[in-house]
Amino acid sequence: MSAIASPVSGRIEPGRILAWLLLFGGGLLMVTPLAFMFATSLKDSSEIYDLAFFPAHPTLDNYVTVLSDGRFLRWFANSFGIATAVTLSNVFFDSLVGYTLAKFQFRGRYLVFIAILSTLMIPTEMLVIPWYVMAKNFGWLDSYWGIMFPGMMTAFGTFLMKQFFETVPNDFLEAARVDGLNEFAIFWRIALPLVTPALSALAIFTFLSNWTAFIWPLIVTTSKELYTLPVGLTSYAVEAQVQWELIMTGAALATLPTLTVFLLLQRYIVRGVVLAGLKG
Amino acid sequence: MAGIAIEKLVKRYGPTQVVHGIDLDIQDGEFVVFVGPSGCGKSTTLRMIAGLEEINDGTISIGGRVVNRLEPKERNIAMVFQNYAIYPHMSVAENIAFGLYTSGLDKAAKRKRVEEVAEVLGLTKLLERRPSALSGGQRQRVAIGRAMVRDPAVFLFDEPLSNLDAQLRAQMRLEIKRLHQRLGTTIVFVTHDQVEAMTLADRIVVMRDGHILQVGAPMELYEKPADVFTARFIGSPTMNIVPAKAGQGALQLGEKPLAWSASLPPDVLVGVRPQELRVLDLDEAADLTLTGTVAVVEPLGPETFVHVETAGGLLLASAPAKNPPAVGSPVRLGASASGLRLFDAKSERAL
Repeated sequence: MSAIASPVSGRIEPGRILAWLLLFGGGLLMVTPLAFMFATSLKDSSEIYDLAFFPAHPTLDNYVTVLSDGRFLRWFANSFGIATAVTLSNVFFDSLVGYTLAKFQFRGRYLVFIAILSTLMIPTEMLVIPWYVMAKNFGWLDSYWGIMFPGMMTAFGTFLMKQFFETVPNDFLEAARVDGLNEFAIFWRIALPLVTPALSALAIFTFLSNWTAFIWPLIVTTSKELYTLPVGLTSYAVEAQVQWELIMTGAALATLPTLTVFLLLQRYIVRGVVLAGLKG
Repeated sequence: MAGIAIEKLVKRYGPTQVVHGIDLDIQDGEFVVFVGPSGCGKSTTLRMIAGLEEINDGTISIGGRVVNRLEPKERNIAMVFQNYAIYPHMSVAENIAFGLYTSGLDKAAKRKRVEEVAEVLGLTKLLERRPSALSGGQRQRVAIGRAMVRDPAVFLFDEPLSNLDAQLRAQMRLEIKRLHQRLGTTIVFVTHDQVEAMTLADRIVVMRDGHILQVGAPMELYEKPADVFTARFIGSPTMNIVPAKAGQGALQLGEKPLAWSASLPPDVLVGVRPQELRVLDLDEAADLTLTGTVAVVEPLGPETFVHVETAGGLLLASAPAKNPPAVGSPVRLGASASGLRLFDAKSERAL
C-alpha cells in the first residue's frame, strides 16, 4: 500500500493541518466567551474586575441568589412557554402554507410565494415599529400574545417546508386520496410524517431563536413579570450597579437548555443546516 | 364488481388536447390493458377513471353510475401506483389497513381483513416490517394488498411493474393474473410494455396520441392488427414492414410477383413477423422470397434471429437455432402468403 493512497499512514497533507488549525482557532474563539461566562458565574463580586480566568475562591452563591430570586424562574418559564408556543405555531402553520404552495395548483400561487419570500429581505429592525403600532392598536402591548404574534409564522419556515413538500412524490397523496382521506388528513397523516427531518430542523431553529429573542420582547413589554429571560437578565445591570456575576450566572443558566438541545439533537441541527442551506 | 363505460372522453391541458373523445366499454370482471408509447394518453385516461384528473368532456360510468363529478373515494375503486406509494412511516400492516380508512370497521375487524389479505399475498411474516426493509416485489405486493383489502369494484394499475427487474416483473405478472382469476374483479391496467399487455389482458386497448387505435383480444391484435402502429407495437420482435408496389392482381415484391386476389392500392406496406420470415434452404420454395446478406446474428437459445440486408431494407428473420448462416453470407428469405399483413401506404390502415 502506498503512503499517499492510505489514509492511516503517517503522512498528513499540509492542507489538512491548515484546516485543523483554522477549525481549532475558530472553536477556541467560540468556546472562550462561554467558558469565561461559566467561570465568572462562580466568582465572588469582589473578584469580578480582576479579569482572572479562573475564580480564586469558586462559589455557588450566585446560583443560590439567582435561583432564589422568584423573578428569574418567572422569566425562565416565560421564555420557555413563549419559545414552545411559537415553535408549535411555526411547525404547524409554516408547513400548512408550505404544503399548499408546493402541492396545490391555484391562480396566483407563484405570486403568493414571491410575496412571502420577499419579506425575508426586510430586517427585524425595520419591522419593529410597524409591529409596535400594530400591537398598540390591537391592545396587545405588554402581553404574552404581544411578544409572540410577530413570530407565529415565518417566511423562512414556509420556504423551508415548501421546498421539502416538493420532494414528496404526488403518488403518496393521490394514493391517500383514493383511500378516502380528506385533504387535511392527507397533509396531517401522510405528507407531514414524510418531511420529519425538515420539521425537526425548523422546530430546533425556531425554538433556539425565540429562546434568545431580546429586542422585540424588550420593546413590547413593560411589566417585569412578562419579561423573557434575556430581557430580565439586563435588569441585573440597570439597578444601582452592574452585577456582572449575577448576569453571568443567569446567562449560564439560560444557556443550559440551548446546550442541552444542541447536545441531544446536534445530528438533526447539522442535518437541518445542510438541508436548509441557510442559517436559522 | 362493476363494468366501466367511457363515452366521448376528452382531456385538455390548457389549449392542448391529450385525449380526443374516446369510447370504450369494459365488461364486469374483465382484465383490460391500455398500452401505448409515453404520452399516448393511457395514464391520463386511467387517472380520469380514478378521479385524479378532471374530465373536460364526455362521461365515465362505473357500475352504471356516472362518476364524472365524484371524488376518488366515492367511486369504489382502488389504485396501484408505479412507485407503489406505500407510506414509508407505516408498517406493512398499517399500510394495508390504510385501504380500510373509510370502512368504519373496528380495529379487530380491520386486523382480520389485513391478515386475510396478507395471507393471500404471502406477506404474513412481513406485517410488522417497515417498507424500507422490503424488496421491490414485496413493496409491490403491499401496494396490491392495500388495494385488495377494500374489496373495490374496480382495480386500477398504473404501470405497476415498470420499477421491477425483468425476472421479478415476470413473477409479479403471474401473480396479478392469478389474483384476477381468483377475485374476478374488473381490472384496468396501464403499461407501455406489450409483453405485459399480451400476457395479462382479456382485451388490449392500443392508444396513440390520445386516440384508441384498436381494441381486441391479444391474439386478435397479433393476428389482425388494424394499422402499422399496432402491427409493430404488438409482438416481439417487432414486425418487419416493407414498402411494395401492387398491380394486375399481384404484389411486386421479392424475386417473383406474388398473385393476390383482393384489389390493392398501387402503394402498399407489407408486414411480416420475424417468426414467419424464415431463412430458406438452397432449393426451398415459398410464396414470397427475398434475397439479402446476413448483417447480424442473434442466437436466443430456442431460436436464432438474423438481421438481413435486403433491397427493401434491414429485415429480421428466423433461422435454425442449431445451424444459423454466418455473418456476410448471402441468404434467401421466404414467407407464406398467409403470413403477410398488407397495409395502405398512405393511411397505414390494414387492407
